[in-house]
Amino acid sequence: MVVRSARGHGDPGESGTGQGYGDEQRERVGFFTDTSVCIGCKACEVACKEWNSVPEDGLDFTAMSFDNSVGLGADTWRHVAFVEQRRPLGHQDAGVGRPAPVDLGMPSTELPGAYTGVEEREEFRWLMASDVCKHCTSAACLDVCPTGSLFRTEFGTVVVQQDICNGCGYCVSACPYGVIDRREDDGRAWKCTMCYDRIGDGMEPACAKACPTDSIQFGNLDELRERAARRLEDLHGAGVSSARLYGEDPGDGVGGNAAFFLLLDEPEVYGMPPDPVVTTRDLPSMWAHAGLAAAALLVGSAAAFAGRRR
Amino acid sequence: MSTSDVTREGVRGQRPGRDAVTGSARVVGEGQRRRHGGRRGGPTRVPDAEFRSYYGRPVLNQVVWEASDIGGYLFLGGLAGASSVLAAGAELTGRDAMARPLKYTALAAISGSVVALVHDLGRPERFLNMLRVVKPTSPMSVGTWILTAYGPLAGVAAVTAATGWFPRIGRAATLGAAAVGPLVATYTAPLVCDTAVPSWHEGYRYMPFLFAASASAAAGGAGLVASPLGQSGPARRAAVGGALVETAVSTAMEHRMGLAGEPYRLGTAGVFVRAAKALTLAGAAGAVLGRRSRAVSALSGAALLAGSACTRLGVFHAGKQSAADPKYTVVPQRRRMAERAAEPAAEQEARAEAAGRTAGRAGSGGAGGGAAGA
Amino acid sequence: MGVRTWIESWPVYRQATGGDRLGRGAAARSGATEELRPRTADADRVVKSVCPYCAVGCGQNVYVKDERVIQIEGNPDSPISRGRLCPKGSASLQLTTGSAREEKVLYRRPYGADWEELDLGTAMSMVAERVARTRDETWEEEVDGRRVARTLGIAGLGGATLDNEENYLIKKLFTALGVVQVENQARVCHSSTVAGLGTSFGRGGSTTFLQDLQNSDCIVIEGSNFAEAHPVGFQWVMEAKARGAVVIHVDPRFSRTSALADLHVPLRAGTDIAFLGAIVNHVLTGEKYFRDYLLEFTNAATIVSEEFRDTEDLDGLFSGFDAEGRCYDTSSWMYDGASVAAAAGDRANFDRVRGTGRPEQQGSGGAVMSSVPREDRTLTDPRCVFQILRRHYSRYTPELVEEVCGVSREVFARVCDHLTRNSGRDRTSAFCYAVGWTQHTVGSQYIRTASILQLLLGNIGRPGGGIMALRGHASIQGSSDIPTLFDLLPGYLPMPHAAHEGSLQEYIRTNGASYKGFWTNMEAYTVSLLKAWWGDHATEENGYRFGHLPHLTGSHSTYDTVMAQIRGECRGYFLMGENPAVGSANSRAQRMGMANLEWLVVRDFSLIESATWWKDGPEIESGELRTEDIATEVFFFPAACHTEKEGTFTNTNRTVQWRDRAVLPKGDQRSDLWFVHRLGTMLRALLADSGLDRDLPLLELTWDYPTDEHGDPDAAAVLAEINGRGPDGAPLGSYTELRADGSTSCGCWIYCGVYADGVNQAARRKPGSEQDWVAAEWAWSWPANRRLLYNRASADAEGRPWSERKALVWWDAERGEWTGHDVPDFELHKAPDYRPPEGARGVEALSGTDAFIMQADGRAWLYAPTGLHDGPLPTHYEPQETPFENPLYGRQRNPTRLLYPHEYNRYHPQAGTPGAEVYPYLVTTYRLTEHFTAGGMSRWTPYLAELQPAFFCEVGPELAAERGLENGGWATLVTARAAIEARVLVTDRMAPLRVQGRVVHTIGLPYHWGPNGYTTGDAANELMSIALEPNTHIQEVKALTADIVPGRRPRGADREELVRSHRERAGITERTGTEV
Ligand SMILES: Nc1nc2c(c(=O)[nH]1)N[C@H]1C(S)=C(S)[C@@H](COP(=O)(O)OP(=O)(O)OC[C@H]3O[C@@H](n4cnc5c(=O)[nH]c(N)nc54)[C@H](O)[C@@H]3O)O[C@H]1N2
Ligand SMILES: Nc1nc2c(c(=O)[nH]1)N[C@H]1C(S)=C(S)[C@@H](COP(=O)(O)OP(=O)(O)OC[C@H]3O[C@@H](n4cnc5c(=O)[nH]c(N)nc54)[C@H](O)[C@@H]3O)O[C@H]1N2
Ligand code: SF4
Ligand code: SF4
Ligand code: SF4
Ligand code: SF4
Ligand code: SF4
Ligand SMILES: [Mo]
Repeated sequence: MVVRSARGHGDPGESGTGQGYGDEQRERVGFFTDTSVCIGCKACEVACKEWNSVPEDGLDFTAMSFDNSVGLGADTWRHVAFVEQRRPLGHQDAGVGRPAPVDLGMPSTELPGAYTGVEEREEFRWLMASDVCKHCTSAACLDVCPTGSLFRTEFGTVVVQQDICNGCGYCVSACPYGVIDRREDDGRAWKCTMCYDRIGDGMEPACAKACPTDSIQFGNLDELRERAARRLEDLHGAGVSSARLYGEDPGDGVGGNAAFFLLLDEPEVYGMPPDPVVTTRDLPSMWAHAGLAAAALLVGSAAAFAGRRR
Repeated sequence: MSTSDVTREGVRGQRPGRDAVTGSARVVGEGQRRRHGGRRGGPTRVPDAEFRSYYGRPVLNQVVWEASDIGGYLFLGGLAGASSVLAAGAELTGRDAMARPLKYTALAAISGSVVALVHDLGRPERFLNMLRVVKPTSPMSVGTWILTAYGPLAGVAAVTAATGWFPRIGRAATLGAAAVGPLVATYTAPLVCDTAVPSWHEGYRYMPFLFAASASAAAGGAGLVASPLGQSGPARRAAVGGALVETAVSTAMEHRMGLAGEPYRLGTAGVFVRAAKALTLAGAAGAVLGRRSRAVSALSGAALLAGSACTRLGVFHAGKQSAADPKYTVVPQRRRMAERAAEPAAEQEARAEAAGRTAGRAGSGGAGGGAAGA
Repeated sequence: MGVRTWIESWPVYRQATGGDRLGRGAAARSGATEELRPRTADADRVVKSVCPYCAVGCGQNVYVKDERVIQIEGNPDSPISRGRLCPKGSASLQLTTGSAREEKVLYRRPYGADWEELDLGTAMSMVAERVARTRDETWEEEVDGRRVARTLGIAGLGGATLDNEENYLIKKLFTALGVVQVENQARVCHSSTVAGLGTSFGRGGSTTFLQDLQNSDCIVIEGSNFAEAHPVGFQWVMEAKARGAVVIHVDPRFSRTSALADLHVPLRAGTDIAFLGAIVNHVLTGEKYFRDYLLEFTNAATIVSEEFRDTEDLDGLFSGFDAEGRCYDTSSWMYDGASVAAAAGDRANFDRVRGTGRPEQQGSGGAVMSSVPREDRTLTDPRCVFQILRRHYSRYTPELVEEVCGVSREVFARVCDHLTRNSGRDRTSAFCYAVGWTQHTVGSQYIRTASILQLLLGNIGRPGGGIMALRGHASIQGSSDIPTLFDLLPGYLPMPHAAHEGSLQEYIRTNGASYKGFWTNMEAYTVSLLKAWWGDHATEENGYRFGHLPHLTGSHSTYDTVMAQIRGECRGYFLMGENPAVGSANSRAQRMGMANLEWLVVRDFSLIESATWWKDGPEIESGELRTEDIATEVFFFPAACHTEKEGTFTNTNRTVQWRDRAVLPKGDQRSDLWFVHRLGTMLRALLADSGLDRDLPLLELTWDYPTDEHGDPDAAAVLAEINGRGPDGAPLGSYTELRADGSTSCGCWIYCGVYADGVNQAARRKPGSEQDWVAAEWAWSWPANRRLLYNRASADAEGRPWSERKALVWWDAERGEWTGHDVPDFELHKAPDYRPPEGARGVEALSGTDAFIMQADGRAWLYAPTGLHDGPLPTHYEPQETPFENPLYGRQRNPTRLLYPHEYNRYHPQAGTPGAEVYPYLVTTYRLTEHFTAGGMSRWTPYLAELQPAFFCEVGPELAAERGLENGGWATLVTARAAIEARVLVTDRMAPLRVQGRVVHTIGLPYHWGPNGYTTGDAANELMSIALEPNTHIQEVKALTADIVPGRRPRGADREELVRSHRERAGITERTGTEV
């Protein structure tokens, strides 16, 4: 099966052109979230909420490692995932899962208590990753929005206009990443705006600005992609072979993300889809099928009258 | 070796902290990691399940629509559209007693459909914002414009039928509604399929036919309920035809859409889908066998209406169920990637070149570090 | 709107006519979008501030519009934080402008069922009246025939969250009132740091600064959860890592710090001395030490008295132990030929002085030594420090590490290898620690061990080296420097002791009679302080009003105060930014103490547990206390927050940073500066005509600070007083200008220079990007704006950098001065080859290689001949409560630890004795990134609360299986003190260890919760006992034992019954656990 280009009906592509901005068009910006330097502090979550006055959304202890915000939604526009795994991270020695060394002579297993249980555990690593709206090149949420509330900005980002949204909820089901959601008591759809107001004024998005380790890097998308490629090489060179980029490829099913990631495991491990495709890629075919079905309905109904009259 | 120099001139070899690599100090050499070979994945290790996920949490955000609203909206839209078609046919073939109630049905259904849609909005008072834009990429936008065209036609058709005023205008409206009606009945298929919801999206080749057939069955059913035996022949035929096609397409869809078909057989969706089939087939059978009895016909018609409604609710719930379980999102995507990876190398290369990217993307299926990988 | 514009504004029209046919871009733009601007763009002003949470001291920009704060975010100019903020800093808008803050004064009358509102002025006069009355009723003029001039009826707690200026006024006012029980978080947090670093190097502050960590080749984080507790500071570790440094985290738990470390070493909590001691042994036996450095800058060659006996000789005791008093006569620890100043070595006095926190005066100098000690520069004399060290640690082997710490020999070897390979002439390694080390009954000695190791490796005073003490609260360093602490006066001058410091002369003789070092100038510092406080009333004739100072007779640490409250001796209590009902060990004892008070004043943002225990505390719930029986009168005053007042915080870098005021507080909210100033003014008026001698200190106090139109005293004026003034009244530039003749005044000598040239140096804000990494023009650091202490040691004996790769400060022979990147921590023009003339004393006696200028011998101390109560060398003792016996000595635990047996404070049986198995698991407590300390600033803050919404315990899957604990379920923890419940988090990050052939499971407890606030839970400190470190009285909350069972805890009286039945099974009595 050949992947068709996700673009095709006037998507912004790399330059973000074709959205009618003319001179107002700006260079496309994005996020490179490098999860390999994330300390899981959640400053991004809080900074986002403070800046955007996103409501606090409840006290649920999940027992999912240190993640109590669970996932992206109307009230969580940055979400930090915590993944505990019995696997190694490059040449790190996590200590808690490493079997007792064989070379120095294992203490005899007959000793009472010689066996702690950790022997069973093998390796360990703790992955943390801050997720956010991808600001897809081909954004399903934006495509399906019937009001024009969702629109593509002059920066190539995808933003909900809260004065327009009527809460139809279509975008929620269209987003292949589970990002945008409707807020219960407000009725409108909400998600990351890539701090549209801030970047319009030359400021950095709040989450990226707060990030203590620069895990979230904001900037010109092309530069970020170059930096990410170099970073990937460095990590592979250093033995972190599980590193991979996610969402940076303009050839993928959504035409690449303006917010892309360096992950240390498969995307689904962090709750992201491994190979998302913008649903509207199949829309022409859907319309064709629908047209055919409509015709069939018409013809079929006519046929029902074609029989003998009674 | 580290580059942490502070010379008399100042700091040398600075690098931004984001360049830090955990494990780059090679604290553990490859040789020091105990090689497990056979032991890895041995008895104590939690075996990799068929797919991996984030604590079993869904990848997608759950559909926010209400079953009654959107299920109803799908059903009523279909009923209205197909009713207008049948009404026009009836009118053209002089079956006034069939045409009239079907026009009312169409108007009532479409009104109900719009009410349901508006009711489901988070901000119903902003319903009119739907008319801000014309977006071919949004079935809901397209649908809105279709409804905008259709609604008045159906209304005029019904009102003129009821009052007997402006018969020509009524006729024109009836024909107009019939022309738009099939679109009203089918646009809702792209509407649900144009989502990331696996059990909806994967069915996009079938859904329009399912909806059309279901609409036909429902409108036929309405015809059976509302029109005298003497005039309901076409309605009966439309109903039976619709019912049979509906059942066949529904069955085919479930089985041909792969894993995403599974939710149609499970849980609430399964109940509705099975009920839909039972009601639809029973209705069809009743429509054929009871064609001499007004009561049986009416009952059959009601069964068909109910069956159609159940079909839509089945679809609705199957979608929700598929969105709730990450399996339906991840496994098919993984499979797709695996298929892609199995492509002839030359083709892949060409594709990669076209995409201007070769290494390291998640899509290329890089396995986990020193560990066993995915 | 015309029809035309209306149509044109219709997106469909724009779609049809513009370039956006599909309506997904420009055409769809809405009215609001066209108008969109960041709210900061309309701010009236941007005010420069500092984060109020932790001691990293991140810069903040506070945006103000219409006199309301509309946004707070990082200040990119700060060279420390570079604009970044952790979740807490990022939540400070909600902290300061959220609805959780109280705006009204609240009053609970004795036996009252609920709060009542009270007018601020009335409340203030009621408090003033209470203070005057209680002081009057409890005044002590003399104790045991010696003048003390004090009251033990009143106590104050809190200061680390306050400004330096506020701490200064609190200490000044309370001291003048004769109140000695003035304490703050520094006691429970990092007091052992002051003693540990102070005795080793001469100052109690971190030897380095966060930004310099980037220059390290290897960073060992041990006893700290750096990435979680100092997240923004951690960027400098990442910077080092990016440059190739190895990062090692030694911690019982795998935390967010471990996740980013190259090597995580889980060790049993409470065993770091064994671990570090074994590295010391490895360095010594493997000859991995930096010999030249050792010889020049440490006391390695110094010969110790022949009376000295080591723990190796006495089965875990040093010479001089007094079993009855459970303390040492430390005189035998002295250098050969030298003697300590009379009083401290006076056998009759040592047990009296003990307990007065003397080791904390090492915070900036303080050890006293009368003469030049002997040396053996070949390091072969069996009595030289080097050889003593060798023998002392010879049994600290990798095998011992395995047996005690549960760390395998192979992993231990790797730590040694990384550390030693990255130390020496060309490379430097840093240690970073915090309260994982300080909060033990041997806390100071933990830090001493690291100090010894870093000295052996030559890592002190050099770029990329050092010991980074990661301090806690925003200004906990400041509240130690300008101490709201019972045992200290500003600048680590000791509070005078009644026994032998009755006069200024005696006081100076006892404390400052060393033969060399800058501490010999302490008379100038003391007199200048007295002049600052009593101005013209302080004259040479009256001993500069030294007699106005109340005197100590023993310990008045916060825990002693609590016991005094329980006994009914202490009747009035000020809580000014501290929440002991949650934050201090043994919450129940804290509450029972408060329930016995006559009056309690709480100043805070919200109604913290320490303010409401009489209404809804656990004892009310269990029925043990009834609200209507509690006589305590409670005043709650809402506090102004960091954006509502100006002043300085001192961060963990020792950097004093000025905050500007952004807005005025609301309602009754007032700054603590206002409160103390107003209280002082009212009391002065109240007692103006008393005619009593004891009121003179108050009436003669300098208290005329200019106030602004809102009645707030001018914090800059207070800072200027702290800085000090010369004879002409002009601000001084440096502490070297201070004089003992009464011509200068200075509120805190180590801060002298912060207002040099009359300029608020703490408010300097030259962007970090325009400076080198030292950023000398960003704010001001004590002492003398030096950022990296002891930096003379970065150069060799001749004054050349040890390595061109690690140059910091060096001698410029041409110009005849020290130069380099930092302000030299040395006399500028003293040449490296300077040797003091015969008989030289004081500063003159410091030679050109005496890099540790505060020390009595100019050297860093591998061996501490004086200054500490529990030994000249760190020795492994087990914690007060431990599942294991000490394999090294018959002596199990620190023999000098301080215990407080009481029915509220029972101890567990000693390991290996019957009953110990009732509490089989090891417990440690710690912090989470998302919360702050006792929770007053995070549990009420929804954005933080939701991120960690419940109190939980972390257990490994093995323990979970053993006890049937379910992830996400509930567990009940039981100690001899209490039973609490917590949600269960089962995680591989908690690993069982094999110790002495047995498996030990560790339970982790974040201690942030309590019953009030938005997220609530039981307080971990209910479980803790009060068992203190002898030097500085810090509690042991990092290692204890407990039992854990699945399910929620019993309610009501059954809760206590569960605790009691456990106690009974363990056979616990009043004497249990108190063995020497
Ligand atoms: N987010 C956040 N930041 C804070 C604070 C906060 O409450 N929240 N509080 C501030 C304050 S007041 C302080 S004092 C600092 C404290 O900062 P830290 O000391 O870093 O804080 P803790 O988490 O209490 O303890 C550190 C680590 O010590 C480990 N530990 C426990 N026992 C031992 C032991 O015996 N040996 C060793 N090697 N490690 C041990 C614990 O597992 C823990 O990981 O943080 C400051 N910063
Ligand atoms: N088990 C266990 N116990 C511990 C520790 C541990 O690791 N384990 N750590 C210990 C350590 S290191 C510390 S520092 C303590 C901390 O313990 P506490 O200091 O008791 O805890 P905080 O919650 O920081 O309390 C400070 C209070 O000051 C208030 N405040 C903030 N700013 C101001 C202000 O400007 N004015 C006034 N008046 N009030 C203000 C805050 O709202 C807060 O309620 O806990 C200690 N207790
Ligand atoms: S990630 Fe989802 S919400 Fe974000 S732009 Fe893409 S489709 Fe829209
Ligand atoms: S919910 Fe709002 S943003 Fe989402 S598709 Fe509907 S109108 Fe557009
Ligand atoms: S870019 Fe702005 S809106 Fe988006 S997650 Fe970051 S802070 Fe939130
Ligand atoms: S702020 Fe940065 S380091 Fe912290 S959780 Fe977010 S991405 Fe990770
Ligand atoms: S809490 Fe500490 S690290 Fe976090 S922003 Fe404030 S000062 Fe910085
Ligand atoms: Mo602290």
